[in-house]
Amino acid sequence: MAGENNIIKLENISKRYDGKTVLDNINLYIREGEFVTLLGPSGCGKTTTLRLIAGFIQPDEGRILLDGNDIAGVPPYKRPLNTVFQRYALFPHLDVYDNIAFGLKLRKTPTNEIDRRVRKALKMVAMSDYEDRDVDSLSGGQQQRVAIARALVNEPRVLLLDEPLAALDRKMREDMQLELKEMHQKLGITFIYVTHDQEEALTLSDTIVVMREGKIQQIGTPRDIYNEPVNSFVADFIGESNILDGTFIKDGLVSFIGKEFECVDTGFGENAPVDVVVRPEDVYIRRSQSGTQFSGTVKSCIFKGVHNEILVDTDEGFEMTIQDYNPFEVGEKVYMLIKPEDIQVMKKERTANILTGTVKDAGTIQLLGADFPVSCDFAAGTPVRVEVPFSSVDLMDNLDEGVISGEVHFILYKGNHYHLTVRTDDGDFLYVDTNDIWDKGDLVGIRFSDQDEIRISELQNEN
Amino acid sequence: MKAGKFFAKAYLWLLLILMYSPIAIIAIFSFTEAKVLGNWTGFSLKLYENLFSGSISNSLFKAVENTLSIGVLSAFFSTLLGSIAAVGIYNLKGRKKQAITFLNNIPMLNPDIITGISLFLLFVAVGVTQGYLTVLLAHVSFCTPYVVLSVMPKLRQMEANTYEAALDLGATPGQALRKVILPQIRPGVVSGFILAFTLSIDDFAVTLFTKGNQGLETLSTFIYADARKGGLTPELRPLMTVVFLVVLLLLLLINYRSSKNTNKK
Repeated sequence: MAGENNIIKLENISKRYDGKTVLDNINLYIREGEFVTLLGPSGCGKTTTLRLIAGFIQPDEGRILLDGNDIAGVPPYKRPLNTVFQRYALFPHLDVYDNIAFGLKLRKTPTNEIDRRVRKALKMVAMSDYEDRDVDSLSGGQQQRVAIARALVNEPRVLLLDEPLAALDRKMREDMQLELKEMHQKLGITFIYVTHDQEEALTLSDTIVVMREGKIQQIGTPRDIYNEPVNSFVADFIGESNILDGTFIKDGLVSFIGKEFECVDTGFGENAPVDVVVRPEDVYIRRSQSGTQFSGTVKSCIFKGVHNEILVDTDEGFEMTIQDYNPFEVGEKVYMLIKPEDIQVMKKERTANILTGTVKDAGTIQLLGADFPVSCDFAAGTPVRVEVPFSSVDLMDNLDEGVISGEVHFILYKGNHYHLTVRTDDGDFLYVDTNDIWDKGDLVGIRFSDQDEIRISELQNEN
Repeated sequence: MKAGKFFAKAYLWLLLILMYSPIAIIAIFSFTEAKVLGNWTGFSLKLYENLFSGSISNSLFKAVENTLSIGVLSAFFSTLLGSIAAVGIYNLKGRKKQAITFLNNIPMLNPDIITGISLFLLFVAVGVTQGYLTVLLAHVSFCTPYVVLSVMPKLRQMEANTYEAALDLGATPGQALRKVILPQIRPGVVSGFILAFTLSIDDFAVTLFTKGNQGLETLSTFIYADARKGGLTPELRPLMTVVFLVVLLLLLLINYRSSKNTNKK
């Protein structure tokens, strides 16, 4: 990404609110003329990043460079950037014309020049007949067009767009997406676009930056992000996907859903645990066995317009989502095929919960701010590293039954079980494999089962 | 059904009569010369004539002048203070905002007499000679919270990103305030000014305690002093009628403004 023509660089940016880290060491380079989308669920820090670039807030750490110059001390009204806000933020006491002319008038632009540029901007957003209208009398879509014209008329180096289409209905949103893309191509200025809508990001962007909890997960073209997500979060967030636990047997061979598949990936080691992503449209479903790799039974089939979405229970006990133009009967025996290039293998972010604690007595270890009953042979007071497999963490409806309690934070379906991220009351994260169905936000009691599976080792002093 | 409607109407009229008859009586008896209120000695404009040229008119008009000038000045300063305070409170977050809003509301609930005495004690303690300035300060202090209350809803109606949008388009914070924030909260500021003006004119208790003994009188303290001296001077009857009409006019103006604003929305 680091080229000579970077217009904006974020270097090691961190931002905290009330002790909560909203952005955690963000590094981002944006090329001149690029359409970059910051994509992520709410609370991922994408809007904060945009507001930092606009200058409405200041980073706690790190630098923001514009054309190579640090702009920390430059107030928003001196930055050659303009913003289109989610709720338009038009000035209701001014008509359409004066809203658009606002920035030019402040810069003491000659009247005839203002006139020419405002009319040009109105024409660009197809609002030429509306210049005398009160902004309150316009529809949401029209107001957003005025907001875009008001920003573009100042000929900014970079246009910042904060979920500009979120308040519009679907049809209008799709039309505006195409218009924005056209405008971007015509004007050649840099667009930085914030959205939580992955379809919108895929449609519009040259580059997508996927964010989660203040960290950048992946930067790439829409095609890269869709076809080669770097982790299960990105795979789950962008489009539909089957995310499965697998084992990377050797280069070009991976096993998942109880079968071995040829793949094109290399370099994950031998017999290494991995995550595997297969897009629903990349699973070929047949009624005859010849040439297929595995079989199953149709669990449900829903017509989605262009395609049918079919849930299949494989004979090995995994559930897969498959898209196909043809409908299938529930209960029908079907045969599936996955091509090597359609299998995306990802390194597992972790294979167990790695915790550190202190031995209290022979049957108790102090962990996560509480005393967990875990038997061990180390002397009291020994610092230990505790490895708790995902399946050894038990979640309980009754908070009192747990040693500590927490909240279900993120859910991933892995074909035959759920992989949950649980946030403890102290803010630590635990990862859990379970067959029980939980909802995001459920409060749970947490304890450890399967003592035999928990591995304890003495923590080496690393100093 | 018909009877019910009749009673509903009668009830309304009864209320209106109860509310307006005292004023009507003053107005009616302002057109007769009788010294004692309640005696009708024939229609006459004599009292109106005396009001503007008689012996009483000098001190009376001085009091009216004080009332109006204190009203306008205290309305002006409390509007300035209150509007700025409202913008400040609006930009506060969470707890702080609640606390300051609460503190702003207390003086409005506080009885006038307590406000008056406290201010009197304060001025004495600080050692300020009481007169025009202390009355003005007192009026500014009790009018300001009302201005805050009147401006606040207008700020809340504003789009959340309005100020940032102005900065984004190249306005300095000062320009953003003048060119974007102020025009949007103007109706609230104007209502606040009018409210402060009427409150100031209306005030008696606070003025009485802060006017000192240098002979400063406002209309309300003048009438009070006059009534204590030995009955109400007859010329006050036309004066009250005129005051009532002026207030009525102001009220109509405010209503007209607010109905115009709601129609625009």
